[in-house]
Amino acid sequence: MHRALILVRRRAVSAVPVLLIVVVATFLLLEAAPGDAVDAYLLSSGGGDAALAAGLRAQYGLDQSLLSRLILYITALGRLDLGWSVAFERPVKDLIFERLPTTLLLMGSATALSFGLGSLLGVVAGSRPGSFRDRALSIGALTLYAIPGFWLGLVLVLVFSVSLRWLPIAGIETIASGKQGLARALDIARHLALPVAALGFIYLALFLRVMRTAMAEVWRQDFVLAARAKGLTRRRIVWRHVVRAALLPLVTVLGLQSAGMLGGSVVIESVFAIPGFGRLAQEAVAGRDAPLLIGIILTSAVLVILVNLAVDLVYAVLDPRIGASEAVR
Amino acid sequence: MSFLRRLLAIPTGAVGVVLLAVIAAAALLAPWISPGDPLRIAGPALLPPFSDPALPFGTDRLGRDVLAGLLHGARTSLIVGIAAAAASVLLGSVVGTIAGFAGRLVDEALMRVVDAFQIVPGFLLALAFVSVAGGSLPTVIVAIALSSWAQPARLVRAEVLSIRERDYVAAARVIGMHPLEIAFKEILPNALPPVLALAAVIVAAAILTEAALSFLGLGDPNVVTWGSMIAEGRNVLRAAPFLSIIPGIGLVAAVLGVYLVSEAAGEALGRGGQP
Repeated sequence: MHRALILVRRRAVSAVPVLLIVVVATFLLLEAAPGDAVDAYLLSSGGGDAALAAGLRAQYGLDQSLLSRLILYITALGRLDLGWSVAFERPVKDLIFERLPTTLLLMGSATALSFGLGSLLGVVAGSRPGSFRDRALSIGALTLYAIPGFWLGLVLVLVFSVSLRWLPIAGIETIASGKQGLARALDIARHLALPVAALGFIYLALFLRVMRTAMAEVWRQDFVLAARAKGLTRRRIVWRHVVRAALLPLVTVLGLQSAGMLGGSVVIESVFAIPGFGRLAQEAVAGRDAPLLIGIILTSAVLVILVNLAVDLVYAVLDPRIGASEAVR
Repeated sequence: MSFLRRLLAIPTGAVGVVLLAVIAAAALLAPWISPGDPLRIAGPALLPPFSDPALPFGTDRLGRDVLAGLLHGARTSLIVGIAAAAASVLLGSVVGTIAGFAGRLVDEALMRVVDAFQIVPGFLLALAFVSVAGGSLPTVIVAIALSSWAQPARLVRAEVLSIRERDYVAAARVIGMHPLEIAFKEILPNALPPVLALAAVIVAAAILTEAALSFLGLGDPNVVTWGSMIAEGRNVLRAAPFLSIIPGIGLVAAVLGVYLVSEAAGEALGRGGQP
């Protein structure tokens, strides 16, 4: 896989300036905020005099000039040090790594659900473009696509937790249940079912539509006509020829939606009280915790870059015509 | 008018037009149907829907009229959606035109900035911006525009790159037009049609982002929004589920209306191009 290595290296090189722009822009944005973390801390801890505030500012380096703090931050980043969270009184990196697995599990499950079910329904719709089931599925997908995830989450809670009492209302697992191994995994799965649905359904609609549109395009191409002329069965044409050719745009969308899903997890985790990465972002905003918020934005940018890199690698495998140089854009 | 007729001839387009017309009417007529401040106390708390003809959709936890909130919330959603999309397309068009037309170093630098805005989840960016600038309608609009201008910028740049080599641009150069004049008078207008199709999607996304921000309590506290109504109703989800459900239906109707109309418009325009 020499091509893959070239791709990875090129992506890493081009990611550096972009990430630097993200860091500087976020730093300047949060700098413009009225009040700083010390203000927020004093407010939540019941106040203090000016000397205490000045002491705290000196301790956290908030009394230095903007440029020197920016340079300090970036050099610390070089050592993979994301700074100190004032609101949590812990290193930002620890907090992020503690919260990230939950959100990755949530996002991974939502992606699997939306990609799997969405592309499958897309095949059902796209195997006969213009038919009744195509129209019904397309309109259903469009409606689903218009539903805000957090509201869908509340409706699902109403139906499955409040009325039917099948699934837990919130949280990631039963607190202090003492469950281990498989029982614990099942417990977490039960807790995640509704948030995964709330987060994933909008993308399910997206994948359905992309698959359906791509297939409708492929049906018009000559090789499909050739396959028909050979007398192949419709089922064989759909799966061996049309779906295969329509899979590529789907993979592209898989990469594009990662940023949106990460943003969506903020609201979904708030609805279901899941202590994940998205919830951490909200807590950082509430606590005016600038270092934490920069760390979160930077981490999500890196995540999005990694997902897109993975997608490009898959792309290069799926379509041998694409050389590493073209996959870079 | 023939375009509207073609749009209405497509069933989904007709449904979309009706949905948007109802919501636009609600937004425009809100001060007459439900005069006064929609946030004032109008009756007893937690009145169920359809029990009092004066308060057809009931009241929330603080006795505020749900119908008034719904109508005035339509106003907020439409204003934010349209203003944010307009700002986003404007910013994206200017940056995309400059990047595509200037070329080389300027292009490279601007596109890295576009990259940076595209890899940061838009909702996180909007969240950070609103937390810094404070929750008011203008800051929410700016926050959403900032989180969504990268896509139109990329699209406009691609269009400009393909248009800048055309003969009429060369002609404009020959007669000595200023490069900026060529960029914004000759090239940009011709690059706009695909961007306008994208604009509809941005309107829908902006309505959803605004709702999510208000749901998290980061919107304008002095304005009724559907998102904040859902958040308010969530506190009494068991006792009064209608408080969360009703504004959500408004949101779905607005966003679905935008999608249906933009899709049917594409279809109508595509057909219109054929003899």
